[in-house]
Amino acid sequence: MDYFKLKRQKKARYNLSIYLMIVIAYAIVMFLSYQGKISSLLNGLLVPFCTYSILAVSLNLVVGISGELSLGHAGFMCVGAFTSAVFTRYMKFLGVEGLYLFIIAILIGAVTAGFAGLLIGIPVLRLKGDYLAIVTLAFGEIIKNIANAIYLGFDENGAHFSLKNTMALGLSDKGFVVIKGAQGITGTPHYSSFTAGVILLIIVVTIILNLVNSRTGRNIKALRDNLIAAESVGISATKYKLIAFTIASSMAGVAGVLYAHNLTTLTALPKNFGYNMSITILVFVVLGGMGRIRGSIIAAVVLTLLPEMLRGLSDFRMLIYSIVLIVVMIFTSAPAMKQYMEVLKNKFPIIKNLKAVTLKKFSKEGE
Amino acid sequence: MKENIMLSVKNLSIQFGGLHAVENFNLSIRENELYGLIGPNGAGKTTIFNLLTGVYKPTSGTIMLNGVNKINGKNTIEINKMGIARTFQNIRLFHKLTVHDNVKIALQNKYRYSTISGILRLPRYHRYEALMDEEAMALLKVFNLENDAMMKSANLPYGKQRKLEIARAIATNPKVLLLDEPAAGMNENETKELMNTIRLIRDKFNMTVLLIEHDMKLVKGICEELTVLNFGKVLAQGETNEVLKNKEVIKAYLGE
Repeated sequence: MDYFKLKRQKKARYNLSIYLMIVIAYAIVMFLSYQGKISSLLNGLLVPFCTYSILAVSLNLVVGISGELSLGHAGFMCVGAFTSAVFTRYMKFLGVEGLYLFIIAILIGAVTAGFAGLLIGIPVLRLKGDYLAIVTLAFGEIIKNIANAIYLGFDENGAHFSLKNTMALGLSDKGFVVIKGAQGITGTPHYSSFTAGVILLIIVVTIILNLVNSRTGRNIKALRDNLIAAESVGISATKYKLIAFTIASSMAGVAGVLYAHNLTTLTALPKNFGYNMSITILVFVVLGGMGRIRGSIIAAVVLTLLPEMLRGLSDFRMLIYSIVLIVVMIFTSAPAMKQYMEVLKNKFPIIKNLKAVTLKKFSKEGE
Repeated sequence: MKENIMLSVKNLSIQFGGLHAVENFNLSIRENELYGLIGPNGAGKTTIFNLLTGVYKPTSGTIMLNGVNKINGKNTIEINKMGIARTFQNIRLFHKLTVHDNVKIALQNKYRYSTISGILRLPRYHRYEALMDEEAMALLKVFNLENDAMMKSANLPYGKQRKLEIARAIATNPKVLLLDEPAAGMNENETKELMNTIRLIRDKFNMTVLLIEHDMKLVKGICEELTVLNFGKVLAQGETNEVLKNKEVIKAYLGE
């Protein structure tokens, strides 16, 4: 039927635009770095771009698509980062290194963070209301503080665990401390690269796009739009919200793995895994547009780049950052601005005509 | 021929604090019947719908579907699977989704495939999505909504939104369809069309329909039997023409 073809084309075009955007950006960066034209500042930002894009896209699944508010996304990132880093650091201690370990680390990060999400979600998502926001807010802080307090070491007798200090671990001479409390994990192998980040981003985007356009995704959106009506057609609210939340948490875990293996030292600071980080990710999502995958990626990249570009302005940096946020919000949601966009569309009728032609074609053949 | 009782309600009561919203309510609807539930505002009509669909749990009484399946005590989702679907007095559509998707969502229990096969696009996904697309479109055609299939459901005119809600309820393949004021906000022509549609779906999908309505033309036109409710109690019950002649009904609801 013509209608389905049209609908599929429309969806395929949107999906393709996301992939094209990522691939083109990747190609440009690769070309420039091949010519040695990339500054060291930008070079250091390449992996964070991917990390924050994955975080923004996955949080969009919770906030934009399932309509719940999560304020502890960085907490799940922290879980993924630490569990995977313990694994790779221990393997490095054993003398095993290689990129295949990174793949295992990614799986470990995804599974543990997903499991944490499941544990949080099971009790909270049975309730109706904003409880998820409150609980995830607490979870993020708790995880960060736990990561700061843990001492973990290995020797020939196995793993040793303490919350006091390195001495309390009671390791033998051959022993080795992996997590040193607030000092975190030092000497994590540097597995992350821009290529790996882009591949992970593409995988994450594919999973989310496929999910959203499937039965599960439609059920999740139905619950967001009208909970009572969704239950009246037989959709279990807890089950589908839990699926969305668990998948999003496990993706945040993957972002954590990418983050952990980009730095030699992994410490849990308020800056990287705290409340501020969670809010920053939420800002990416809100600014990029609720439920808009492409928007989330663009917002994540632009808003990661912006503070770095403004470094020269020192004191005025955060001021300008916030002005940019306000301006973007006015541009996207103010009624006057929307009217102006309509005027623009009328002046340049190409966009409008394109839509009208396809609609007309459809209704004619539908008769 | 012995007629099958599709829905039977015995001594159903619910209390909200000291208020008896519904008291000793009895009802039996034959299979394939068009049954009307009328009464003044606040009589407890929608409360009965909420009891039938598990939104509220009754204080006492039993609800049986098809003579064997006990409904009360089950939640909304289980009740829908057992075969009761409803529409709402204040329209509740999935307003950000397209008209077509609204119906597809209601088909989710019929064409089940796992989240994994959705993400990995396994053959089951393609097969079931195609089936869902076709079936949803066929259902929209019954309600003359096929040309609006691509539209966001929030942008539909009011009358069509009501129709879409009915289409969505039917998509869950219920035995009993509960319609809460289907003609509210419709003009005379739309109401006439709606009457035909309700008859059509009763015959085409072999459904038992229970409806709440204030529009007496519609009630007289299609309901075979009626129950009149006042202050949570049954005022009169029986065949439409006789009930509407009842003096108490005229006094309490219709006006002299």
